[in-house]
Amino acid sequence: MIPLLLGLHLVLGIVAPTLAGRIGGRALLWAAAAPAATLTWASAQLPSVLDGQVISQEVRWVPALDLVVTFRLDALSLLMVLLVSGIGTLVMVYAAGYFTAPATAAKACRGLMAFAAAMLGLVTADNLLVLYVFWELTSVASYLLIGLDDTRRQAREAAQHALLLTVGGGLGMLAGILLLVDAAGTASLSGLLANPPAGEATAQVGFMLMLLGVLTKSAQVPFNGWLPGAMAAATPISTYLHSATMVKAGVYLAARLAPVAAALAGGWRPVLMTLGALTFLHGAQRACRQDDLKLLLAHATVSQLGLMTLLLGAGIPELTYAGVAILLAHALYKAALFMVVGAVDVGMGTRDRHQLRGVRQRLPSMAVVAVVAGGSLLGLPPLFGFVAKEVALDELLHHDPAGGISVAVLVLGAVITMVYGLRFLAAGFVGRADSPTEGGRPPGPLLLLPPIIIGAASLLLGLVPGLVQPLVKAAALAADPAAEGKLVLWPGLKPALGLSLLSIAVGVGAFMAWRRLESRVRLPALPDAADAFRATVAGSVRFASAVTSVVQHGSQPLYLAVILGVAVLAPTTALLVGGPVAEGDLVLRTDVLQVVVALLLAVAAIATTVVRRRLTAVMLLGAVGYGMAVLFVMQGAPDLALTQLVIESLVVLVFVVVLRLLPREFTRPRKRVDRTLRVVVAVGVGAFVATMLLLSGSVDHPTPVSQEHLALALPEGGGRNVVNVILTDFRAFDTLGEVTVLLVAGFGVASLVAAGRKEAPRPVDLPTPQSSLILSVGIRVAFPLTVLYALYLLFAGHNAPGGGFSGGLVAAAALMLRHIDGGTAALQRTVPAAPTALLGGGVALATATGFAGWVWGGQFLASTKWEVVVPVLGTVKTTSALVFDIGVFLAVVGLVMTLLQTLADEGPIAGSRA
Amino acid sequence: MIWTHALLVGVLFAAGTYLLLQRSLTRIVLGLGLLGHGANMLLVAAGGLPGPAPIVGEDPATVADPMPQALALTAIVITFGLTVLILALAHRSWQVTGDDEVPDDLEDRRVAREGGDEEVA
Repeated sequence: MIPLLLGLHLVLGIVAPTLAGRIGGRALLWAAAAPAATLTWASAQLPSVLDGQVISQEVRWVPALDLVVTFRLDALSLLMVLLVSGIGTLVMVYAAGYFTAPATAAKACRGLMAFAAAMLGLVTADNLLVLYVFWELTSVASYLLIGLDDTRRQAREAAQHALLLTVGGGLGMLAGILLLVDAAGTASLSGLLANPPAGEATAQVGFMLMLLGVLTKSAQVPFNGWLPGAMAAATPISTYLHSATMVKAGVYLAARLAPVAAALAGGWRPVLMTLGALTFLHGAQRACRQDDLKLLLAHATVSQLGLMTLLLGAGIPELTYAGVAILLAHALYKAALFMVVGAVDVGMGTRDRHQLRGVRQRLPSMAVVAVVAGGSLLGLPPLFGFVAKEVALDELLHHDPAGGISVAVLVLGAVITMVYGLRFLAAGFVGRADSPTEGGRPPGPLLLLPPIIIGAASLLLGLVPGLVQPLVKAAALAADPAAEGKLVLWPGLKPALGLSLLSIAVGVGAFMAWRRLESRVRLPALPDAADAFRATVAGSVRFASAVTSVVQHGSQPLYLAVILGVAVLAPTTALLVGGPVAEGDLVLRTDVLQVVVALLLAVAAIATTVVRRRLTAVMLLGAVGYGMAVLFVMQGAPDLALTQLVIESLVVLVFVVVLRLLPREFTRPRKRVDRTLRVVVAVGVGAFVATMLLLSGSVDHPTPVSQEHLALALPEGGGRNVVNVILTDFRAFDTLGEVTVLLVAGFGVASLVAAGRKEAPRPVDLPTPQSSLILSVGIRVAFPLTVLYALYLLFAGHNAPGGGFSGGLVAAAALMLRHIDGGTAALQRTVPAAPTALLGGGVALATATGFAGWVWGGQFLASTKWEVVVPVLGTVKTTSALVFDIGVFLAVVGLVMTLLQTLADEGPIAGSRA
Repeated sequence: MIWTHALLVGVLFAAGTYLLLQRSLTRIVLGLGLLGHGANMLLVAAGGLPGPAPIVGEDPATVADPMPQALALTAIVITFGLTVLILALAHRSWQVTGDDEVPDDLEDRRVAREGGDEEVA
């Protein structure tokens, strides 16, 4: 049922806002159906849950990974669900009267529904990771709702403040969850609490990290700054998120974990009780100085959350009971008070203490609700706040782990609460004013009814606490099986009552005194958490900026130098520290011919680095490439040599085609990375690689994998050329990736050139060079022969040196000759297909072969052999690898043709220095 | 191991790295070409001593190792694709800025200049 209710929230959260355009704020009334349905369902569960039953539901997502979305409804969850849905329903109705502009109403509706769903999930989730997700979702919803009016800078900043703190704390909590899941071996919250991982250090750290989430969410010192700032939001939002429900998520989690955590982690109880007490007093004294009534209530909320943290975080059965009672009482009276302030703000045009006069005359119903709910806040009989506070005092008197300090804190806090509470009520809610404040618009029943209903609850439950006693007791028992306590209106003449009366009397006196003194005395300002937060953020940005300015200097050569330097130094250090790695003997051979070729290569390579003319450098690079081909032949790698030879010719041609468009010489380098550094890094890299190669040659190798390749090439791959069989069969997946790279490169080149053509003026007309007759005739003779050779390489490649790559490259060379002779026009006559179609078609063909292997051979790219009878040639054995190789062939031809038709057709840029 | 191979690989890597650390895209692509040659030679040389081409029929004990050859062949073709793409970039850079140089990143330079003075917006 819970997943269904979540879905209902989301559906209504999407549908209802679309109605706002026509019916304005009334759209929120439709949305209220979701929390109302939840309230109905939750109420129906009351009897069985109060009997001690637990309702469990799970959605199995990835059971193998223990990813099961589990919802669990026990009495504590049920109490929270009732608060979330009950107050949620009233808030939606209230918001329907509050938001009038359709656009704002729609945005608020989406945010509120998202929040209600997230909150419902949070209090019912049993899987800790699911709980975390809902936890952060409430933070995100809160962010969106605080920043609802995104035109106000103050709202945006407050939203960001709240988000950074609550999500940041949530991240700390995530770390805690992961540690706990690891220690307990389960992600289930109930499972963790039933079988706590005792004696494990990770579990202790995990529980303490959970506190980060608890403290930030419930705005405890020192993370309390965001909650008053969140009052930038509209009142319905503040009512729902920032007083009645979301800020209680931290307290809720603390209550769940406390009985186990306080026993396992030594720091848990002192931290929570100390910070709770500090927050209780600090918030209360801040509330005494606020003139904005909403802000006053915000600080009061912080204060009361501190009290709840103190009681529920202690992990002591009796205090847990009292904490649950306080939590319920606070939700009821604070929601009512916020709604009253919002209605007064609308109805009288102000919520400033100094300007507000005569609420009793103009909005009598709101004045009555304020007095009832305010009285509950002050803990005056016969209201529910009194009942809850009496329990708290009584239990603390008997079970204070701090030896009476907590009692003193509670009494002192109650006195300060009297001061700000009376101060609130004195702002026009009691007494007659001679000239009531003018302004505002008459608040409709939608604004007035919800506070009246929820305000009445404080009075009703105060008079008949027995109504809610079973629920509070069951909820406390769900958190702590040993929880104990009783809610009564008349506790009898006990010390707690005496302390209560004392605090009321002192509080009234303090209020009278403070009223006189407030305008005259300037109390020293205590450190403000919001200021500290801003300073922290500004400091982090400054630090990040300072670090960035050092490590991110913007020079690419310097970045590369650093990367390469580290890549060389780190393994070199390891080599030097780790001692010799050589186990086998390093067999060094010398071959005079090899020495000669290598020497020529080395000279050409070094020369490439010093010449200033571009074309010379390219020719030298070409020389290195041809030399490589020679070395490959000597090494026994004819396929490599063939490919290297053809590709080197193509590379030189492509370079020439591009470089004719660029200036003749390299520009002089600027002095950013100086020459010495370049040389040092370059020599370092060279020396490192050479050493590594020598060392690798001296290590005993296990049997190379290629032994298997050699043995299986003919029987399995159906080919004699092992290199080609590896490329098209054994490791065909690599080759498929490779032709895909060619595809990407081809389209990249085509796009870059096309981008230039779109904006630049057409190149100036060059005089067409007279083609030489001898060249022309020579090409015409050579072209068909070259194509024939290319086809031979392609088809013979499986058994003799050759294959798709070398065949395709030779064919490409033939086409290049054709281009030299007749330009793009001749090329298009020869191959009527679009080059990119060839390129894409080749890759597609190779991929299709892979899929065919899937169908026939059961595996991607598995090869199949056929015997075909061809009329002239007789029986021809062939394999699907040939089809794959044809794809490779086409891709290579397509790539080169793409280059020819784009780069080679570019003229020099008009007005350039070329 | 042919010792000249090891030395040659070192020289190719050094020369390639030197060019890679330049600002001109054309020189960078030349450097990549040399690095590519160096890497291919590294693969082949690490594969063992020279021998007959790995065609079925030769003595499997003496043939050159086909595996590094297949790897190097792939690398050769990929280096070609990379080379032409960077050349096209150099060409485009020349069209847009009038040279084929890699300039300093402007945003990075701005941050570096302002150092730690940046305030929260």
